[in-house]
Formats: sequence, structure tokens, C-alpha cells
Amino acid sequence: MKELDPMVFLAVFQEMLGPLLWVLVLLAVAGVAAFVALLVKERTLVSARLVRAELVGLLGGVLALVLMAKVSSSGFTDAGGPADWFLIALVFGVGLAGTTILAYALGGWWRCRCCCARRT
Amino acid sequence: MLGPGPVQAAQRVRTSARIVIAGAGAAGLAAAARLAAQLDGARITLVDARKEHYYQPGFTLVAAGIKPQSYVVSTTAEYVPGSVELIEERVAEFDPEGKRVVTDSGRALPYDYLVVATGLMLDYDAIEGMEVGMIGRNGMGSIYHSPAGAAATWSALSTFADQGGVGVFCRPATEMKCAGAPLKYTFIADDHLRRRGNRGKAELIYNANNKALFSVPIVHEKVRMLFRDRGIRTNYDHVLRSIDLGRRVATFATPEGTVEQVYDFINVIPPMRAPDAVLNSALRWQEGAWGNEGWMDVERGTLRHKRFPEIFGVGDIAGVPKGKTAASVKWQVPVAVDHLVADIAGRSSDALYDGYTSCPLITRLGRAMLVEFDYENNLTPSFPGVVAPLEELWVSWVMKTMALKPTYISMLRGRA
Repeated sequence: MKELDPMVFLAVFQEMLGPLLWVLVLLAVAGVAAFVALLVKERTLVSARLVRAELVGLLGGVLALVLMAKVSSSGFTDAGGPADWFLIALVFGVGLAGTTILAYALGGWWRCRCCCARRT
Repeated sequence: MLGPGPVQAAQRVRTSARIVIAGAGAAGLAAAARLAAQLDGARITLVDARKEHYYQPGFTLVAAGIKPQSYVVSTTAEYVPGSVELIEERVAEFDPEGKRVVTDSGRALPYDYLVVATGLMLDYDAIEGMEVGMIGRNGMGSIYHSPAGAAATWSALSTFADQGGVGVFCRPATEMKCAGAPLKYTFIADDHLRRRGNRGKAELIYNANNKALFSVPIVHEKVRMLFRDRGIRTNYDHVLRSIDLGRRVATFATPEGTVEQVYDFINVIPPMRAPDAVLNSALRWQEGAWGNEGWMDVERGTLRHKRFPEIFGVGDIAGVPKGKTAASVKWQVPVAVDHLVADIAGRSSDALYDGYTSCPLITRLGRAMLVEFDYENNLTPSFPGVVAPLEELWVSWVMKTMALKPTYISMLRGRA
């Protein structure tokens, strides 16, 4: 591989995931936007909610690993070197971080909605 | 692994050149996509009789029981760019002096530029006693034959993995498609036996055609060590000559004479050569083994024919030292296309193909070595310091099972 062209990566991921790629991108962007908007609105990180979101995030990390094993027709006992452990950590980390952000944002906005509903 | 970037539409060259591409496999389709994107007004014609497109790097996975037969089958038409005409006929004759190709219906197609991407021919007839209709039966498999052949081979291997016995693996003495596949399949057989607790009931034998397991010396040494570790017996200078499918006896030619080998499972890989239309033309090498096998006489750095400068040979048909693989195609096609487009535009091109190819060499289900190398037998790792080329890694298996097919399809569309 003499050059790493981002457009090639995009083409490959598009071929791999089809429309799901854009659903995932949308989900990631919407999740981060909702999280940031919540932070701006509340001006603080609610620690109890964050801990709950992190617990859900752990599940997300595990789910990401299970999905990875399924689509690659293999399991994590196949890991044979540092690059493998790095990939496992990366997949788990992405699953954990993504789910945590989503869960925190959803929890926050759900609570706001409930509060607003009670006020009216 | 990932190839040159997608074609830039802004650089299109205006022309009315007639370009014929013989063969709509991986190389032909990739060339068509790139030419269509880079040229404006060219009359590009693809010629190939086969309607199905085979993702051949996946045949090993089908024969390993990992993927279904449908994983490797699609249609040629879905990858043909809109501005390219597809003629569903076989090329019967190349006439480089008259600058035309003739199809099997007698239709003559004149050209200004010709890209030959016919692929190769599996010469099963060269093995006495071989019958392709018997693939999958009585312990005989052949992963290269077809998607159905690969699936039938899996059923034969699965039976062998249940029962044990003598498993025989080999490769032909000719140039061949993906020289790593015979080795991969030996490792896969070993792993299936182990997973079913029957490795102790089986003897695995690998018969190399010459004195090496792989043409790149450092990879040969690694595979030799792995075979030793897995208890796979290796014989050198053994070439399959005939087979008795009823008695399950394979006969190998060796420097000491012929040797009969009884088997319970065998993966037959036939000699490979150029299709008749190329073999019988002036396009082939004029001497030596490559002349006899009919590979095209092209410059190894540019893929341009040595005697007919308006002709290029890409993919399996190219008579170059390394790799008849999809990875080779990915790097050859942009180079050949750049030279062709440069000719049309009246400029020169310095694009050079250094022989890069890659082989995700499966060493057990779930692990592979990502071996990448060039004409000079140099290892050319894509991820130096991260994915070690001679290490059995899960990440390399993940690339083989998840990333390779999307990359390949992107290549067909000229996007990778």
C-alpha cells in the first residue's frame, strides 16, 4: 500500500456496509450532537447519569465484539499477537464510547422531556 | 493492500479511440472502469462470454466451509460502466498485425488499443484420469474449478475431517493463480481435523512441485516451520501426473521416477496455461516455459506488449514473474491504463508496476499471515510495525474475511 487515500477507504466501507454505513455515520453524528447540546444546556456532566451510561456502554463494547466475531467468522481465542489485542481493544473501545455517549444523551434528553412535561 | 486512489473525472482526455478489452474478469472490468472514467468519447468494448462474475479470492473460504457458494458469485453486467459496450462472446482469435480480435461467432472487432485480460485456463485434461464431474466425490476435491467445485470440495474435506486417513495436497509445476492457496488449504484441512478431534487419525502430505513451498524464500522458510509444527509431511519435486479416482491413487512424477500415493482426500490443482486464443497468437512469449504455457510477452514494469506497443496484458494472462492474484490486478491495471491514456494524450507516463502482490496466507481458521511482496522477493508490508508479515494474526484473517471482498468490488468499479 503505497498511499492511503481516504476516498479508497470510503469506497471500501461503502461496499462493505452499503446504506448501513450512512445510518451508522448519521447515528454517530446525531449522538455526538445530542451529547454536546445536552452539555451546553446543562453546563455540567451529571455523574450518576454518566455512570449508568458507562454501564450500558460496557454492554455496547461487548456487543461490538460479538458482532465483529460473527461477521469475521472467527473468535477472540484466535488473537495471536499485539496487533490483534489492539484491534480487540479498538472494537471494544468504539462500542463502549459510542454506546456511552448515546446512552448519556438519550438519558439526559429523556429526563428533560419528562421535566418539561411535568412543568406543563 | 489498498490500491491507487479513485480516478479523477476532471482529468478526462477527449478521444475517439477504439479500445477493446478481451476478458471481463477482475482485470478487464477494473480496466474498463478506469478507462471509462479517464477518457471522454472513447469507444470501449468488453468481450467476454461468461455472464457470471466470480470473486475468486473467496473460493478458499467456500471450500473451507466458512462462506456459502453464493458469496463468490455475482454478474459481470453489474460492474460494466454505462459507457462501455459488453459483447457476450468469447475471443477466438487475436490478430495483432491486423489490429483486430475475432469472436467465436466470427465477428471482427478492430481496435486502436487492446487490453488483454483473458485470465487463464485450468488444464484438467493434462492430468490423466481426472474428471471434473467427480469433484466432491470419493475424496477428491479441487478448489480452483468453480464456485460449485469449491463447495463440493468442502463436502469432501468435511467427510475427511470426520473420518481421518491420508490427505494429499499439491500444486502444479506451471505458473498458477494464487500460489498461496494450495498451502492455505493444507492448513485449513489440518485445523478442521484438530477441531473435530481427528488429527491423530490423519496423515497430511504436501507435495511441492519444486524445491520450495513458496517462491519468496523467507516465506518458504516460515511455511516450512509451520508445516513442521503442524506435523504436515512435505515432499519436494513431486508433480501430479495422473489420478485413479476409483482406487484413490495419485501418481506423482519425481526426479527418481513416478511415485504412487494412496489418498483418502486430495485437493487436485491442475496445470494452468493461457487460453487457446492467446496461446495460438503472436502475443505469447516466444520461447521457454512461458512460451509453452502461452503467457503474454509484456514488459514487467508497464504491462505493455514487447512487440505490439498498443497492446497491454493485465491480470493472470500477463507473463510476469510474480502473482496471478487480485492484488496484482489492483496494482497492474492503473499502471497499464496510465500508459494507455498517456499514449492517447500524447504524453509519457512514468507509472511503474514493481510486482507488488499480496497473499493473506491462512494458517488456521481465524488466523492468517498477511504476506506482501514484489518482483525482487522483498517483503512489502502495508502496515509495518503493526501487522507483521510473517506472524499468524487474527487481524489478517479479519482483513481476508471482511475487507478484501469490498476492496475487490471497489476495484472493479474503479474506485480502489
